[in-house]
Amino acid sequence: MSAIYNLMDAMLPQSVFGLAFMKNALLALLLLTPLLALIGTMAVNRRMAFFSDALGHSALAGVGLGVLLGLQDLTLVLLIFGLLFALFISYINRRGGASADTNISVFSSTGIALGLALLSGGGNFGRYSSLLVGDVLAITTKDLLSLALLFLFGIAIWLLVYNKLLLSALNPSLAQSRGIRTVLVENLFVCLVAAAVMLSIRWVGILLINALLILPAAAARNVARSVPQHTLLSVVFSLFSGVAGLVLAFQLGTSVGAAVVLCAAALYFISYLARFFLKRNQ
Amino acid sequence: MSDQPCRLCRISLDHVHVNLDKETQLEDVSLHIHCGEITVLVGPNGAGKTTLLRALLNQVPFSGEIRHEDHDGKPFSKVVTGYVPQQLPFDRQMPITVRDTLAAALSRRAVWTGVSRATRLKALETLKTAEAESLIDKRLGTLSGGELQRVLLALALTPTPDLLILDEPVSGVDQNGQMLFLKTVDTLRRHHHLAILMVSHDWDMVKKFADRVILINKSVLAMGTPEEVFSSPAFSQAFPVVKAGDSQ
Repeated sequence: MSAIYNLMDAMLPQSVFGLAFMKNALLALLLLTPLLALIGTMAVNRRMAFFSDALGHSALAGVGLGVLLGLQDLTLVLLIFGLLFALFISYINRRGGASADTNISVFSSTGIALGLALLSGGGNFGRYSSLLVGDVLAITTKDLLSLALLFLFGIAIWLLVYNKLLLSALNPSLAQSRGIRTVLVENLFVCLVAAAVMLSIRWVGILLINALLILPAAAARNVARSVPQHTLLSVVFSLFSGVAGLVLAFQLGTSVGAAVVLCAAALYFISYLARFFLKRNQ
Repeated sequence: MSDQPCRLCRISLDHVHVNLDKETQLEDVSLHIHCGEITVLVGPNGAGKTTLLRALLNQVPFSGEIRHEDHDGKPFSKVVTGYVPQQLPFDRQMPITVRDTLAAALSRRAVWTGVSRATRLKALETLKTAEAESLIDKRLGTLSGGELQRVLLALALTPTPDLLILDEPVSGVDQNGQMLFLKTVDTLRRHHHLAILMVSHDWDMVKKFADRVILINKSVLAMGTPEEVFSSPAFSQAFPVVKAGDSQ
């Protein structure tokens, strides 16, 4: 770890990244933003922005359950809760009945209400309000290690299942006729989204996590015409928002999560305007 | 697509039943589909045509038996099925090109990491089978209905299938696009001896290209050459609005 710090000291301005917590925050964002950007491209293409939003909100219920069980480390309970919640929503959506957005809305509100009910017992909700906005400056080297593992695991899954996921996004019957087990790859995808959201939520915050997942991919989609372009631009936009947001938050003394999301939002609006000047439809 | 003759000889459905959501979709369907023939499935809306295709694709649970046999009448298990869906109601704004779509199906390398020169060449070869190679760099969402169907046909033909299933492949496609698509399918049948099963409502097209027609409405009502089926009482009952002149 000290070798990485030394390298960062040599390369980065000391005025901003002199302190260890800023270096850790930068490393965390460099691990988190590209992975969220990759997954985000598929979430946007599959119109799952609302799904990942509900997943983020459900984290409150996950934390509530962890507290109820008296657990010190909430990471594991959040992860398990997130995976089950995601698989359950997908299952209900596949079963049909109400429309997907109605189902998701029901689950999202239930998650928030359950979390609030569990956490506000004894008027103690204030202790958990940092979950809403996150705090990437509080990240430790141990947390960085778990983010690095998530990053490697996420990239590996993404290399293995992406093509199958892309074909089933286009047409499930077509994908099945080519031997793709669409339900399996879709479940893998929602589990990956759940893992990424749940493990990032303490640093980015419940209110902002979805923006980080969706905004860079949505901005890239405005100007990209192929899959590799979409992915590359999404990752570049996300990394840029992460680093620029961290520096801006440091300079202005504001929340890092909010500054990162605002940078991503700015890129979205710029790309939205840029699409009118690009001959994307040829 | 290779020039090897098809290994499969025929597909037999014996007493196939399909129930979905507690409703009978297919009842006691028995029929044969032969290689080197275009078999067209006709029937009114809700007759279970798409369900029959999905049973052949093993995408719905069914009772009864679907057997694949080779030229010696022995069971043939490794049937490669190509499928062109009725419509592809995908998000037309999606940033994906024809090349990306084919690469996702033909290569193991994740498309987001880029497409190799070799995969691009393979995609071009594939597109040539359906006269669609000029579309390779187009964004999927900008293709016309006919162009999209040709791309899907090319995809269904790689790897070379033994059975090709086309679910109303030319509905919503203009006349030129329809002719080009069907001529391609006809050539494939001649050169590669594929078994082709197609759902269609276009009687002119059926008369021109079909070797055999099967009329179903939950169960098989009539089977035979286009002339035999069109002149059958079951056909007039199923499609009372179609005048005799239209079907002769």
